[in-house]
Amino acid sequence: MADAVGGILLAGITLYAVLGGADFGGGLWDLLAGTAQRGQAPRALIDETITPVWEANHVWLVFDLVIFWTAFPHAFTAVMNTLALPLWLSAAGIVLRGAGFAFRKEVTRLALQRVTGAVFAFSSLLTPFFMGTVIGAIATGAVRDDASHASLAAWTSPTALLAGLLFVTACGYLAAVYLTSEAARRGERQLRKYFLRRAQAAAIVAGALSLATLVALHGANPGLFGHLTGRALPLMILAGVCGLAVLALLTAGRTKGTRVVAALGVSAVVWGWGVAQYPVLLPGTPVTLTNSGAPQATYGALVVVFGAAIVLLGPSFALLFSLQHRRMLR
Amino acid sequence: MSLGSGVVLLAAGQMNGEVVPARAQMATTLGFHIILACLGIALPSVVLLAEFIGLRRNDETATLLARRWSQVMGVLLAVGAITGTVLSFEMGLLWPGLMRRYGAVLGLPFGVEGVFFFLEAIFAGIYLWGWKRLPGWTHFWSGVPIALSGILGAMSVIAVNSWMNQPGGFTQRGATITSVNPWQVYFNHAALYEMPHMILAAYMVTGFVVAGVYAAGVLRGRRDRYHYEGFAIGFVPAAILTPFQIFVGDTAARAIARDQPVKFASMEYVPRTSRHVAEWIGGVYANGRVYAGLKIPDLDSLLVGFSPGTKVTGWDSVPPAERPPVVWLLHLCFDVMVGMGFLLLLAGLWAAWEWWRHRRLPKHRLFWLAGALSGVAAIVAMESGWVVTEVGRQPWVVYRLQTTTAAATTNGGVLTSLTLIIVMYAVLGAATILILRMLARRWRAGADQETAVPYGPPPSLPGERASQAES
Repeated sequence: MADAVGGILLAGITLYAVLGGADFGGGLWDLLAGTAQRGQAPRALIDETITPVWEANHVWLVFDLVIFWTAFPHAFTAVMNTLALPLWLSAAGIVLRGAGFAFRKEVTRLALQRVTGAVFAFSSLLTPFFMGTVIGAIATGAVRDDASHASLAAWTSPTALLAGLLFVTACGYLAAVYLTSEAARRGERQLRKYFLRRAQAAAIVAGALSLATLVALHGANPGLFGHLTGRALPLMILAGVCGLAVLALLTAGRTKGTRVVAALGVSAVVWGWGVAQYPVLLPGTPVTLTNSGAPQATYGALVVVFGAAIVLLGPSFALLFSLQHRRMLR
Repeated sequence: MSLGSGVVLLAAGQMNGEVVPARAQMATTLGFHIILACLGIALPSVVLLAEFIGLRRNDETATLLARRWSQVMGVLLAVGAITGTVLSFEMGLLWPGLMRRYGAVLGLPFGVEGVFFFLEAIFAGIYLWGWKRLPGWTHFWSGVPIALSGILGAMSVIAVNSWMNQPGGFTQRGATITSVNPWQVYFNHAALYEMPHMILAAYMVTGFVVAGVYAAGVLRGRRDRYHYEGFAIGFVPAAILTPFQIFVGDTAARAIARDQPVKFASMEYVPRTSRHVAEWIGGVYANGRVYAGLKIPDLDSLLVGFSPGTKVTGWDSVPPAERPPVVWLLHLCFDVMVGMGFLLLLAGLWAAWEWWRHRRLPKHRLFWLAGALSGVAAIVAMESGWVVTEVGRQPWVVYRLQTTTAAATTNGGVLTSLTLIIVMYAVLGAATILILRMLARRWRAGADQETAVPYGPPPSLPGERASQAES
């Protein structure tokens, strides 16, 4: 039962990464879109694709936090205590990103649009970066199970910082791939080319950062590295193949199917991490899925809640995304 | 720093120096979010009511109101979503002791809430951005799930809060939770009165805030159908709910006298367990007596048990360390909440009388002044009630099971995060209000189109846009 809830948490993280992550990536490209004049078209596409969905995508984070603290309270509080600073900064990023994005729509003066837009775009980097350092810190075994105080060293190791950069780039990669497809679907050739080049660049940088993080992890946590290249190897290979396939398709000028393949690649990384760590929650400690402070009944209840969530949310998300796809929401 | 305050700080440090700033930060962020939560719970229903009237009666004014309110709702839901997320982080960052021990129990209603938060966000995406392309009634129905999930989500969050007041539905051996009954956790003893009390509060806050905006317009001479209709769609439902809220509140107070007698004793200034307890209206308790309060003999006993001889438990039933701090704050907050409730009831009765006699809204300026202030009054009442329930539970975070001090983080630096968050929330609150006012100004200028493109040179529109081209 605890394994099932671990799977639910990993699924929630995957969905936050491929849906919420792309919304943060949109902020990255908004930031890099240049002057008001030059960046108008890409920013308009970014804005239109994020607008109706970002709040729903964001809820995955809240959902993941709730599952984490309910099913694994001991690991949760250890993470919260040790990594308080990057978590506070992630929360600040969430507040500023959401506020900046929502406010930019409602202001009409260019100066105010610039300010709110800059807040949105800059803070879109904060959350993925610091979330990346949090995951990096956990993976390197820097979170002690009895931690009661914050540690700066835990999340400023080379591995954790590389993971932060990797998260930012991966978000940008997903966003650029999605935006390329969207521009292609709308017959916007200029924009398609614009985002295609950025998707290619992000794919290369993300690939390089993935390898660098893996190398750094080899030094920081050989055990986890061993599992990543052992039992999680098929997933690692899948992630690599997906990345290369997207790169090849884009270079060949094809956009069809790239969205799904890119999302699959990122999901493979998340699940690879999960499989490599299983059943340990905090590497380097004895805290596993089954002994982190929740009774059996809690797992059962969470599985029921997740079942209800699938029944209720599946069709609802399908409706939202299909209406957005048909451009009914603007 | 004086020697005295240094000693106080030292003493606080021994008992965990972060608990005071942690409580201050939770109070700031939750006090801010709770207003947005109320609007998030009930504004969709008010917007849907306007849209319903618009569709049913072919009333263009109502439709226009619904469209504009839905733009406001977009801003408020976004700010509510992010400030709510901050609270999720704070559960772990500020209260690791609580989450470590009871996360597996109180997390379950939060999990249910997560599902409704999802539904709210998904259908808000459809409803808010579907005005242009979805046909009338289809669009209306796409908003109904937002209103329903607002209520069900609120029930889930209140389930957690009421569980902290009346914990149950689990067994504990030492520090370990050994079993959980999710049903009993969710529908705990206090949930039965806290849920309706808070949800009615959300509807009253929202209805009166909406009414307040248009009453202020009427006071400024904007006496047109648009303003009267905007006022009525907010005011009428809120005024109808007010007497029900007073009934629920009265029931809740009696339940608290039974379930959390020390909280009740502090609310009502009952130092000693006794019969023939007097009711104090106003007044400050200090040095064992009440200053400047109005004393009504026997009334408190009468309210608790419908007889002047009813025994009421005083705070002397527990040792001083287990009593809430600053009883006068609790008592005055309670009085303010009740007082505001009755003032709002009077405003509603005035409107009802005028409608019964003359089939119109009151013309008297005082009524519109009351209407303009009703939103603020409802918010003040709601915040006061929240202070009563939270401060009144102290020193416990989980009633009689865990103290707030034991729950608080031991990480230093909460004072820093508190300072930063006060600055950030001040800016966020000011920006939200400024943007809503800007929207109102733009609407009065007759421009309803939202900006088409972020950052870009604007599409040619009259009014405000012209000045922008010059700059």
